[in-house]
Amino acid sequence: MNIDMDVVQLSRLQFGLTALYHFLFVPLTLGLAVLLGIMESVYVMTGREIWKQMTRFWGLLFGINFAMGVATGITMEFQFGMNWAYYSHYVGDIFGAPLAIEGLMAFFLEATFIGLFFFGWDRLSKQAHLAVTWLVALGSNLSALWILIANGWMQNPVGARFNPDTMRMEVTDFMAVLFNPVAQAKFVHTVSAGYVTGAVFVLSISAFYLLRGRHVELAIRSMTVAASFGLASALSVVVLGDESGYTAGENQKMKIAAIESMWETEPAPASFTIFGLPNQALHRTDYELRVPWMLGLIATRSIDKKVPGINELVAEAGQRVRSGLVAHAALETLRTDRANTAARTRLSEHGADLGYALLLRKIRPDIANAAEADVQAAAWSTVPAVSPLFWSFRIMVGLGFFFIALFTLAFYLASARKLRAYPLFLKIAMCSLPLPWIAAELGWIVAEVGRQPWVIDGVLPTFLAVSSLSAGNVLTTLIGFIGFYSALLVVDIYLMIKTVRLGPDVFAPE
Amino acid sequence: MFDYESMRLVWWALLGILLIGFAVMDGFDLGAAMLLPFVGKTDDERRVVINTVGPVWEGNQVWFILGGGAIFAAWPTLYAVAFSGFYLAMFLILCALILRPVAFKFRSKVPNPTWRSIWDWALFVAGTVPSLVFGVAFGNVILGVPFRFDDTMRMTYEGTLFGLLNPFALLCGLVSVAMLAMHGGAWLAMKAADPVAARAATIARGAGILMILLFAAAGLWTAFGIDGYRIMGAMAHDGPSNPLFKQVTRVAGGWMANYRAFPATIAAPLLAILGTAATVALLGGRHSIPALLTSGLGVAGVIATAGLAVFPFLLPSSLDPKASLTVWDSSSSHHTLVIMLGVTVVFLPIILLYTAWVYRILRGRVTIAYVIGNKSSTY
Repeated sequence: MNIDMDVVQLSRLQFGLTALYHFLFVPLTLGLAVLLGIMESVYVMTGREIWKQMTRFWGLLFGINFAMGVATGITMEFQFGMNWAYYSHYVGDIFGAPLAIEGLMAFFLEATFIGLFFFGWDRLSKQAHLAVTWLVALGSNLSALWILIANGWMQNPVGARFNPDTMRMEVTDFMAVLFNPVAQAKFVHTVSAGYVTGAVFVLSISAFYLLRGRHVELAIRSMTVAASFGLASALSVVVLGDESGYTAGENQKMKIAAIESMWETEPAPASFTIFGLPNQALHRTDYELRVPWMLGLIATRSIDKKVPGINELVAEAGQRVRSGLVAHAALETLRTDRANTAARTRLSEHGADLGYALLLRKIRPDIANAAEADVQAAAWSTVPAVSPLFWSFRIMVGLGFFFIALFTLAFYLASARKLRAYPLFLKIAMCSLPLPWIAAELGWIVAEVGRQPWVIDGVLPTFLAVSSLSAGNVLTTLIGFIGFYSALLVVDIYLMIKTVRLGPDVFAPE
Repeated sequence: MFDYESMRLVWWALLGILLIGFAVMDGFDLGAAMLLPFVGKTDDERRVVINTVGPVWEGNQVWFILGGGAIFAAWPTLYAVAFSGFYLAMFLILCALILRPVAFKFRSKVPNPTWRSIWDWALFVAGTVPSLVFGVAFGNVILGVPFRFDDTMRMTYEGTLFGLLNPFALLCGLVSVAMLAMHGGAWLAMKAADPVAARAATIARGAGILMILLFAAAGLWTAFGIDGYRIMGAMAHDGPSNPLFKQVTRVAGGWMANYRAFPATIAAPLLAILGTAATVALLGGRHSIPALLTSGLGVAGVIATAGLAVFPFLLPSSLDPKASLTVWDSSSSHHTLVIMLGVTVVFLPIILLYTAWVYRILRGRVTIAYVIGNKSSTY
């Protein structure tokens, strides 16, 4: 078996780009769906036509975005099989289930009812249409739940065991996969981030209208809804992001250490590095600026538990590589002698570390003969790229606090009915439009780059997960996706801007 | 009844049901997009065509996505081998299926005739390419696909995109195009107003007759020109999912073995032909609602015909026949199959119920007056 590392790099690039691209549309769908539900609820309760006009206008932008989300989501559903065939074989028994359940429980719901949202205004009673809108919102949120259960399992693979007869991981405890604490924490954090995105979107476009003095009634009401919903969401995204950090501290210690660029284990409680220049080659962080205690409190919620540093975790990884080699040797025996019970016992004892032995495949093809230097190299390969994590995380968190400030101000001005009194605030709000996307994409980078070198944490290294494709084929589709997606993005943004410029007057009550 | 063997059989049937669900539900969208430039002469007529599928394409597209998810969950080995093996073909399908929703959504947002004309042809391509490629893929499954496994179950595929485009597979591709053109035409005959409906009915009748001829030709070719595959010796039906634990041989005319052994299965090809013939006849009298139903039955018959012919094979390997994927050795674990069955039994009926409710709300023909009067809320 020879793995072509070009194919690995190209496949990773393609998956990363298509996932980041898909993730441009998902957060807005999540947030805007709920905002539409809120606006239409007000319409049904008060009977005032302007709220219907708001729902239809924001719905139009929602629709353009939703179509792009559906379209680019198709790629995600099939790319595991196309580019990550060994992954699909190795963990499909567990990973496929949440994806299929997502389709059955969530995606069908939102996609079936979204047609009625647009085409049902004259065919349904007010209450029935409102129910349809909320079903779309429910579907999109459930969809996120199942996708994050799948993703959470990649981060923290619970409830599964390696089966030597089928040469793959198989589920042992489905409830553990479902109630994976990492998945739960990621779900609430991601969904809140989506709500923030929806709220910033409505806030900044409304601010644009107010600055121009257009559609004032609609803009003020939209801003008020966005401000209150956004404030609650921004607070929860930070609080629940902290929950995410805590579960990662429990389950993905290397990710936390890399985000912190923390090489040595400090005495508890560990300090948090606000600024520094991670130096991966020399295993240290230059020009550090630290806040005492903070990391210890976030990651362990205690003042006496240690947060292990990278060096300590690498030493642990070395132990697991050695243990994994025992499992690997047992597996080799089983391949020629399936009935060998001694080998089966050895494999089940050391099976949890099998993935660590597979790291050696990148270093030498005959991993049974690995020397101590190879084991060390494999152990060090468990450290992800520190700098991108360190910086992505800090920018994301900074943006999170900025959103809290922005929405607090917006909420105050909306309650005091002074939204139009401060053009500077409106300008800031308008210019904030791209920020939630930046934060969301950086959050994705922290989660997924932080998982490297694993595709399934501790179980399967990313480089082993690829399909046996030629680099030329992957390059062809990579260029194809980049060209096709870029063209679509240009058209999408053009239509969004056109729709915003046109404004909500097409839906004005007669 | 929840033993491993039964679960595998149930999931084989569910795989067929999901494929049929996709072909019937998304099939009429694809067909309608294929016929768009021919049944709509003016911009308003084309908007009629697009607005017949406007409110439902998103839900229909989910059949495709659910199909992918269900294959991943229940037949992970098939998912891995088929989609990485048919890599560039899958890329073409993805591009087409991405282009299609975007074209629906974007086309009528700008009044410029050139803009609209570009998107109309984009829709034509986005409807035709997947229809053709799906058929070509089925043809290659019947022929066998050049892949093998090493002893860590890493799959290597030794074919090319052009290798997929052989005469038999292209014939199957044409069966699929004719079938979905008929199905899309039947949909438009029911859902659109004249003159679009009348033109669609005419095209659907021609496509139906063509589909019967091509389907019969593909059947004869399979019976007399293609080697089938057969498992040698006894094989445990509840063993571990490892395709390398069996022996397989190629047999001339082997794909007819199931039809000879179980004559009741001939119902599937009969359904394909009679369903299509009934559609042609019913559309002649403009009985469009029953015509759409018989067209759907014809589509189901075609897919069932292929599935029953190759059973228990899912994806035979022409390179290393013993690596062929079968129902008995490429499924998920017993535990996963049971859980997924539970979820499907609960949710599939709910999906069918609310889908039916949505179609009921949207009942009635889409007319030119409607699309002109509702410019802001339609496509």
